[in-house]
Amino acid sequence: MEITTDTHSHHISQQFNNELEDLKTHLLAMGGLVEKQVQDAIYALTEGDSAIAEEVRANDRAINDMQIRIDEECTRILARRQPAASDLRLVMAVTRATSDLERVGDEASKIARHAIKLAEEGEPPRGYIETRHIGNHVRNMIKDALTAFARFDTELALKVAQEDKSVDLEYRSAMRALVTFMMEDPRSISRVLNVIWVLRSLERIGDHANNIAEYVIYLVKGMDVRHSTPESIEERLSES
Amino acid sequence: MEAQTAMNNTDAQQDTKSHSIDISSMNRGGEELSLEKETVCMQVKNMDLFYGEKQALFGVNMTIPKQRVTAFIGPSGCGKSTLLRSLNRMNDLVDGCQIKGEINLEGQNIYQKGVDVAELRRRVGMVFQKPNPFPKSIYENVAYGLRIQGINNKRILDETVEWALKSAALWDEVKDRLHESALGMSGGQQQRLVIARTIAVKPEVLLLDEPASALDPISTLKIEELIYELKDKFTIAIVTHNMQQAARVSDYTAFMYMGNLIEFGNTDMLFTNPKEKKTEDYITGRYG
Repeated sequence: MEITTDTHSHHISQQFNNELEDLKTHLLAMGGLVEKQVQDAIYALTEGDSAIAEEVRANDRAINDMQIRIDEECTRILARRQPAASDLRLVMAVTRATSDLERVGDEASKIARHAIKLAEEGEPPRGYIETRHIGNHVRNMIKDALTAFARFDTELALKVAQEDKSVDLEYRSAMRALVTFMMEDPRSISRVLNVIWVLRSLERIGDHANNIAEYVIYLVKGMDVRHSTPESIEERLSES
Repeated sequence: MEAQTAMNNTDAQQDTKSHSIDISSMNRGGEELSLEKETVCMQVKNMDLFYGEKQALFGVNMTIPKQRVTAFIGPSGCGKSTLLRSLNRMNDLVDGCQIKGEINLEGQNIYQKGVDVAELRRRVGMVFQKPNPFPKSIYENVAYGLRIQGINNKRILDETVEWALKSAALWDEVKDRLHESALGMSGGQQQRLVIARTIAVKPEVLLLDEPASALDPISTLKIEELIYELKDKFTIAIVTHNMQQAARVSDYTAFMYMGNLIEFGNTDMLFTNPKEKKTEDYITGRYG
């Protein structure tokens, strides 16, 4: 049975309603923070602002703590409420989503680390345009994945899965461009490598956003669409 | 220490040798169980049931698959106990109870004229909510069904009593006091004794009507474990108010509501992704 955002608020136990509502709110709060971390890390890198980069590094701890708190909430609900059906799927989707969000936080922190290194070396290297472009792209994917979670919107979730494919393409073409730079100017290799690590992190963030979108489909439709192509997800959604 | 490292290394080497990964032993639960693949033990066809003027069941169609546990869940008064009781014609004892449609056991309509109801109830045994041992010894309780069938051979009785008590996971607890009164046992033991008494006559189907609702959690778990073990030999249908219990013990679950069978399917699917909103509302504790 397909569910709506309203579904989790009609329990006989008002307390249980509140617990599930809190769980969702906390996940979205964590998501909002993670999204900001990604945004700040990209800004720090492209603008050479190491103060912001340091902030991103420091905030990562809060995200790790949030993951632990939210997972504890999930464990508590499993133990005390023995949720079933869409309630169970919500709890499962939230634990999975926190682990992906935490990894996104780690990637943002890594980007910030490279930003600090690159800022120390002065002169912006090549590849920033690609970084900014892919960065905005994956940040929007995270945002959309979280919105899809908040609204139980499988259409939007599907869109995120489709976007991931184009990020992968952009990533590959940026890599080709950067390899060309390195061949043209071997002195730039160590700096360009830093940019490559950043692009790698951004690409991973896209994958995590894609995962979260897949959990939304699991939550709403009860279909496990992990490890499927966007085309087959679309097909299964239209069949259901 | 070094020896251990060396051993770990050989382990690692052995691991790298095997290339194919076999995950077939990882049970996918609900996705593998399907009613279409089951052997039918009992089949309910278009059944309506009336208590006088009042209709209690509306056009129920379902199968009870062989050697599986089928659970009936639903709110009070939804008809689940009524349905369970009609599986061995226990409703015949209720005045003004009328049944339309049919229920087949191994292809034979049990409501046909000329069906021997006593024999039917031997084939389809029933255990109730409150343990109801007879005021006799443990041994005589279990032997009772055989004795009324006219079996008095001591060797056969001894063997059957031992087999039934072992099957009901009670033998070790009572083997030294078989001739003491059954009324001195704990509630959980009494319920397992009643199950032993029921299976002593080798029924094909066991109907359990809230078998654990009067028991403490540990006795409840013992009954649940017993249900799991018994399904190798018997087809089991259980009515329970405890949804987690249905989720724990059953292979298939039927959700009933106001005399209608709303949803019937494998338990894993019903409890993770029910098809009907009414089912979802009930198992998650919502008001519809």
